[in-house]
Amino acid sequence: MANPQLNRNGELIHLLTTEGLPRDIVHHILDTAQTFVPLADRDVKKVPLLRGKSVFNLFFENSTRTRTTFEIAAKRLSADVFNLNINASSASKGESLLDTIGNLSAMQADLFVVRHEASGAPHLIARHVAPHVHVINAGDGRHAHPTQALLDMYTIRHFKKDFSNLTVAIVGDILHSRVARSDIHALTTLGVPEVRAIGPLTLLPGGLEQMGVRVFTDMRAGLKDVDVVIMLRLQNERMRGALLPSAHEYFKHYGLTHDKLAVAKPDAIVMHPGPMNRGVEIDSAVADSDRSVILNQVTFGIAVRMAVMSIVAGTQA
Amino acid sequence: MSHSPPTYAPDALPDAETLYATLLDAVRTEIGRLPAQRVHLVGIHSGGAWLAERLQGDLGLAGRHGTLDISFYRDDFDRIGLHSQVQPSDIPFEIADRHVILVDDVLYTGRTIRAAMNELFDYGRPASIRLAVLLDRGGRELPIYACAVGGFVDPAPQGSLVLARAADGRFALTLEKEASHG
Repeated sequence: MANPQLNRNGELIHLLTTEGLPRDIVHHILDTAQTFVPLADRDVKKVPLLRGKSVFNLFFENSTRTRTTFEIAAKRLSADVFNLNINASSASKGESLLDTIGNLSAMQADLFVVRHEASGAPHLIARHVAPHVHVINAGDGRHAHPTQALLDMYTIRHFKKDFSNLTVAIVGDILHSRVARSDIHALTTLGVPEVRAIGPLTLLPGGLEQMGVRVFTDMRAGLKDVDVVIMLRLQNERMRGALLPSAHEYFKHYGLTHDKLAVAKPDAIVMHPGPMNRGVEIDSAVADSDRSVILNQVTFGIAVRMAVMSIVAGTQA
Repeated sequence: MSHSPPTYAPDALPDAETLYATLLDAVRTEIGRLPAQRVHLVGIHSGGAWLAERLQGDLGLAGRHGTLDISFYRDDFDRIGLHSQVQPSDIPFEIADRHVILVDDVLYTGRTIRAAMNELFDYGRPASIRLAVLLDRGGRELPIYACAVGGFVDPAPQGSLVLARAADGRFALTLEKEASHG
């Protein structure tokens, strides 16, 4: 099946997933993002690229950071931004997803940024929008969160320069994490030789080995000699199910402390997609240390989202 | 125009080094009229950036030249999208109240220069902006002119003139079939 995020010339028209995203497109996004970073130092922190374009942030699921960074990114590209919190509006009145999209398209939308609790919702939208309209997935169900993965790749490249010698560990609730899935695809595409997944058996999905991932249930064994540690948020609702005993117990085994981090490489960086649960998956002493690049991720996230928006918006169907 | 650069037929273009020598003299004259401490060269990626780099050295100007990649300011984004190899713009000095000499290789429609001026103003309010180009091929679509020129070509050649820089830093101009966006 044709990759629905590419046009027939192989150019990026929507961003739906990092799975199957060609390596040269990933590099193009990261390189373009790099040109947006210095904008923050100028008198005028925006460029006129998307002047006159309308960007609709459609958040069917709550998010503060992702929605805000998409909004900042769109505004720095001079687009007009409309934030729709759909939970509180049409969906609750029974309107279907495609009817919502149809109505917003009639308001001359050029680009939809979509977050939805159902995996595949952004794909469905991308298949039904007019040829000049673009869709960016801002997180769908357990499936994908491609801009988070791309900003993670940008952060790793910024600090480590080269992907070809790295060992990267992703720690925590891999099972429910769209970030983990998107990160694994992106890391593999960029040629990272060793990707590890660390977590309790109840939070590790099947099939990781088939994706080329080494699986560890012991955190110290998994962190040995890694260059990059990507911590995942432990969603509180998991605690209510039977998957975990308690937050305290989880922290004891899988919470990142300086003591556990000591087995990683001395210059290993610590990442987290946010929001953090201090004292659950990460110790404050680590989160606030110079090993942590968590706030860099947020800043780079704006440049990466600007890059994705400007690339898709400039691609013809 | 204070100097009188030669006009060439398209089939009798001199090599780029000859054009550069004329341009260098013209830029030197232009800078002589300005307060030296407040003059900066800014080259437009990629040919203009090479020219600005060489002019900076040949004129003995202190500090570094600036470079602009105008990809985010183009007026044809809706038609051709984002350029595949955008370079970061780099302005390593204050723009406010400085005299800027924009440098580009070939002056054609003037749309690139408009985009470059728009971008410059996002760094601050310059005291003035002048334009220096290696070759002016006519065909302007905007009211833009260069005060320092290496040469004119008339009538306009068929195709696009592209500047190349060899490993030893020497310039060469080649004619490519595709029409220029410049």
